[in-house]
Amino acid sequence: MLEDKDRIFTNLYGEHDPGLEAAKKRGAWHLTREMLAQGPDWICTQIKESGLRGRGGAGFPTGLKWTFMPKQVTEGRPHYLVVNADESEPGTCKDREIMRHDPHLLIEGCMVASRAMRAHKCYVYLRGEYIAEREALEKAVKEAYEAKLIGENNVNGWDFDIYVHHGAGAYICGEETALLESLEGKKGQPRLKPPFPANAGLYGMPTTVNNVESIAVAPTILRRGAQWFAGFGRPNNTGTKLFCVSGHVNKPCNVEEEMSLTFRELIDTHCGGIRGGWDNLKAVIPGGSSVPMVPAEQIIDAYMDFDTLRDLKSGLGTAAVIVMDKSTDVIAAIARIGYFYKHESCGQCTPCREGTGWMWRVLEQMAKGEAEHGDIDKLLDVSKQVEGHTICALGDAAAWPVQGLIRHFRHEIEDRITQYRTPRALVQGHTVAAE
Amino acid sequence: MALRRFDIEAGGDSFSFKPETEPTIAFWLAKYPEDKKRSAVIPLLWLAQKDNAGWLSEPAMREVADRLEMPYIRVYEVATFYTMFRLQPVGKFHVQLCGTTPCMLRRANDLKEVCQSKIGNKMHVTDDGRLSWEEVECLGACVNAPMVQINDYYYEDLTPESLGEILSKIENGVEVQPGTYVDRLNSAPEGGLTSLTEAGLFDGSRNEIAVLPNLPDAAPEPEPAPVAAAPKTTLIEAAKPKPKADDKPDVIEIAAGEEDDLKRIKGIGPVNEKALNELGVYKFRQIAAWTPANVDWVEDFMSFPGRIEREDWIAQAKQLAAGEETEFSKRVDAGEVESSKDEGDE
Repeated sequence: MLEDKDRIFTNLYGEHDPGLEAAKKRGAWHLTREMLAQGPDWICTQIKESGLRGRGGAGFPTGLKWTFMPKQVTEGRPHYLVVNADESEPGTCKDREIMRHDPHLLIEGCMVASRAMRAHKCYVYLRGEYIAEREALEKAVKEAYEAKLIGENNVNGWDFDIYVHHGAGAYICGEETALLESLEGKKGQPRLKPPFPANAGLYGMPTTVNNVESIAVAPTILRRGAQWFAGFGRPNNTGTKLFCVSGHVNKPCNVEEEMSLTFRELIDTHCGGIRGGWDNLKAVIPGGSSVPMVPAEQIIDAYMDFDTLRDLKSGLGTAAVIVMDKSTDVIAAIARIGYFYKHESCGQCTPCREGTGWMWRVLEQMAKGEAEHGDIDKLLDVSKQVEGHTICALGDAAAWPVQGLIRHFRHEIEDRITQYRTPRALVQGHTVAAE
Repeated sequence: MALRRFDIEAGGDSFSFKPETEPTIAFWLAKYPEDKKRSAVIPLLWLAQKDNAGWLSEPAMREVADRLEMPYIRVYEVATFYTMFRLQPVGKFHVQLCGTTPCMLRRANDLKEVCQSKIGNKMHVTDDGRLSWEEVECLGACVNAPMVQINDYYYEDLTPESLGEILSKIENGVEVQPGTYVDRLNSAPEGGLTSLTEAGLFDGSRNEIAVLPNLPDAAPEPEPAPVAAAPKTTLIEAAKPKPKADDKPDVIEIAAGEEDDLKRIKGIGPVNEKALNELGVYKFRQIAAWTPANVDWVEDFMSFPGRIEREDWIAQAKQLAAGEETEFSKRVDAGEVESSKDEGDE
């Protein structure tokens, strides 16, 4: 259980003013100049020691990622920091709260991260639908410029410009290379890697793309010490994390908690329990729509962290916890996720473009029971052929929920198919008997 | 993938940004490097959509393309790829209803029925032009599900009743407030906070940390200055300066019939011979005497950079002027080279 004094996002719910003066009182922009003066090596080492893993879903160590940038700036090849605020993973709505209620933590984080990767320019790519969030962030950027916290010859001693950019409703632009394509004014279709963005990213220049939350926690980690942050959670899964709990809980909410608390603690403390009580829990998608679901009996006392959930053949992802109670038609729920991926596939790679549509159609049929028993294995087989055969991870993300469904609820699909067929057989038998 | 097509008919022939939008356009363009204007395509299309009653017509796309110096097709690609660009007319208030699983679990399907009965089919505009709706994919407000976005802002924690009320108000021109429609503070748990209640978080006492922890004993070494970029090796050589007019080869006057058959030089056919004759070049000795500057001038004039040197006209001309023969001239004399015959076209 995290205590209030250890929370990073102290204005998560927007109870207080997001403006600069109030943000400073909450601890933002404190000792920033001193952090920047220590230089990239110190910053990267501290972030590495804190054990911070990327908060955008993949969980890659953030400090390590920053060190991939070239150690020296070549003339005519400026370094860029790009912040991924294209929050579109179904279930996830945490970055939104940072941008509209604690934007100064993000701006300060951008500056610290830019110093660590020797960048003077930063773009923040918001999803297009976040218009109120964009207005809030633009306002905070303006305040920071006016207070000379950022910009040329600022009080923090590192020339730094930050620009807010926005997309227009494409989930795929949350993939880092698709995001860069989109930022360059093109369709958001992912690039092949290598070259990795750290070598050739935005406009072909060395670039690092980070999630909003990973960036926004950095200054507080430096202020309070890597050991402080590393003190939460289990080894390799350290720190505090924003959880977004949606679905069938009594009080859905966002909350900052320590890593590796159990699912039961998370729900009982902040969400008022499962709708209809713990016995009514059916399954949980613990990390956004891309990760496979976990059935109730496995998740209830599981630690909410990267490694535990990986061992349960799922993942922490963005910590977007989607709770489903026993009233849920899990097949229809996954079919809807299937439609989502079909809608959002960028169309570049055939296995994904064709596979997502095929999987969605079969899932819709299964939700009605209008399928053959053999279709279940065929669906599993197709999902395996999509997984790992595409440029980006959208193909995998579309395949995993389907695999999770079949792994844990195969019996339900089978029952549905049998049920769909049974009444007709009976009617036929009845007709025959009557004649 | 979503298949999306333009509505050509409804779009009319022209579009122009409203004058009050111009400062915003300038604001966006200032964010990108001078030579990367194209980056502003999504923001500008979005502004164009705003100035065009909420949807993007084809002339609006062309206007954006012209401003950003982009080919039209590149803008069409962007407009059809991103689903927030609406390619057909919508109502003055356009409702985007999130139907993805987290909202669906909290009965978004019931909200769909409300829209269906109050507005009609998806993308249908009501007769008064005020309302239209569509189902969209996850809008990223899942803990406030189910929710809709009406024009710019989010309306959260809805029920069929509260959505019905919102739509009725819009129909009647009554203002509606965005945000949550139950008793909660944004995304905090309903009915009261479970965290962030300690006063010490907000009174400045967090700034009592006087020095950063974990500072090294010695001051950090200064950063090295940026290194100069390595010279680029490219396949295309830098453009040569334009040859000067006085590099034109000297002209001679000769009597008719005295000219040499320049086609005996490999690389000169009837067309080139004619062009050379018009320049006043008739004899092998003239070509043999060309200076490098003359060569550049002739290549520029005849628009085939590098060819004279590559085909070595000068060496060939020297041999022929001295009365010798070349491999090629022997074949020409034997009538084996079609393109060197007088009747032939190069």
